[in-house]
Amino acid sequence: MSIWTKVLYAVVSVSVATVYGLTLGGIVRKLYARVHGRFGPPVWQPFLDIIQTYSRRVAVSHGNMFFLGPVLRLAGGLGTYLFIPVIFGSALFSNFSMAGDLLLVMYFVFFGQLGMALGAGQGGHPYSPLGIARGLAQMSAFEVPFSLAVIAVAIQYNSLNITSIVAAQQGGFMHWTLFTNPLAVIAAMISILGMNMHAPFSIVMAPQEIPIGPPIEMNGSFLSILQTNRGLFAAAKLVLFMNLFFGGATNIIEMIVKTFFIYMFSVFVGAAYPRFRPEQSFRFFLKWPAFIGVLSIIYITYLGGAS
Amino acid sequence: MNRKHIDEIEKQMKLANEGLPEEERKFFADVIPTRVDPFNKYWEQFLNWARSRSLWMLAFGTGCGATELRPLMTSRFDMARFGIFPRPTPRQASVFVVGGYASIKTIKRIIRSYEQMQGPKYVIALGSCTINGGMYYDSYNTINRLDYYIPVDVYIAGCMPRPEALIAGFNRLKEKIVAGECEGMNEYTDKFDWFKKNQKEIIKDWNMPDYNW
Repeated sequence: MSIWTKVLYAVVSVSVATVYGLTLGGIVRKLYARVHGRFGPPVWQPFLDIIQTYSRRVAVSHGNMFFLGPVLRLAGGLGTYLFIPVIFGSALFSNFSMAGDLLLVMYFVFFGQLGMALGAGQGGHPYSPLGIARGLAQMSAFEVPFSLAVIAVAIQYNSLNITSIVAAQQGGFMHWTLFTNPLAVIAAMISILGMNMHAPFSIVMAPQEIPIGPPIEMNGSFLSILQTNRGLFAAAKLVLFMNLFFGGATNIIEMIVKTFFIYMFSVFVGAAYPRFRPEQSFRFFLKWPAFIGVLSIIYITYLGGAS
Repeated sequence: MNRKHIDEIEKQMKLANEGLPEEERKFFADVIPTRVDPFNKYWEQFLNWARSRSLWMLAFGTGCGATELRPLMTSRFDMARFGIFPRPTPRQASVFVVGGYASIKTIKRIIRSYEQMQGPKYVIALGSCTINGGMYYDSYNTINRLDYYIPVDVYIAGCMPRPEALIAGFNRLKEKIVAGECEGMNEYTDKFDWFKKNQKEIIKDWNMPDYNW
């Protein structure tokens, strides 16, 4: 396949993921509204919001890093998504998957937030660094169980290539990591609660505490880049979890069903619980989830009979 | 026109920021805001359609009318179904709801917040106090007419207007946005000197920059 065909496929794949991620965001807003006893905004509201922020006629910038912040954030989202094979066996949705892409993706998951930290800091609003300090601390905390779970998966399938990890899980749902190594999945699913930043881990953009944290000075097109990235990045994370722990997907319907339920897990938890204080959140991830992650590695190395 | 004339005109265009101490003046905007025209007709119509369906409200309770916004936000009246959301920062907001009377101290903050909003921006003035002073018409420290100080798009009369009246006001604002009649942002820049004169007349201790960009 020529590189231009691959680029064309990647553009299609990124567009589909962005639209899917934004629609999921709209569904989540509707769900939260129903939990509150409201009707809530229409499902397509995130798209209207992006057009509205993009259509501002003026935008205030605070310097070069402020420009680069949203760009790096979007680069993080794109980088995460472009190295994950979305649909197993599909040329259109295989993206740029290659040997060792799991390490690259894990790096890109955290790259965007670092870029945002540099950009938002230049905004000069005191709530931005406060939100960023919380965000980076929480990120370091939930990275521990997540990395342990990924290490367990890498040991189990003896590979750092997402495509071959998905290939090893084919042939019935009993081959999924969910059933072959449940401890790793438990640790990872707890860490996705922090990654998606719904309650109780919504400490970064805590609306009533630090108005909206890092992007507080972002306006107009800067904000619309961040909103686009929110859709794309949400889809990328869900697809990564689906590939590593839930057997991947062989067609787009399967992908949508699986990622929808993975997302709904953190939404249901978010609708049921109030927000943690920052220090409670950091400590939470470093206790039981980290311990379960270590157990999963022990399990797969000594008891699970690593293949 | 020679260089000297251009320099003179540029000097007149600059803001003096006289309310600030000498060493702080350089940190703030010193240029008068300029008019930003709409895009071409059909593109602007499309954008206006989207703007009217995604109104981000500045959540800043300026007067007692702010109490009426709480039932509007929550389950009873649920403004989210009309595409109206509270936004905690003026940088991202597009609608400024001035909730009732504005004292001299508050009008200072209203002006700063309004100027920090990125256009196109809309203002809804809520309650009789913003129209003619209402029950505070002869008070020593409230303003009587809001549109002397910032351009207002929609007035909602009443003391206090109920959330239903607010929803009607928001719907009127939406109609005006779709019709392309809400150019308050350009009105403010066109009549900048007049608005600044009115503002400085009422605010005696002007210790802020002349324009907050």
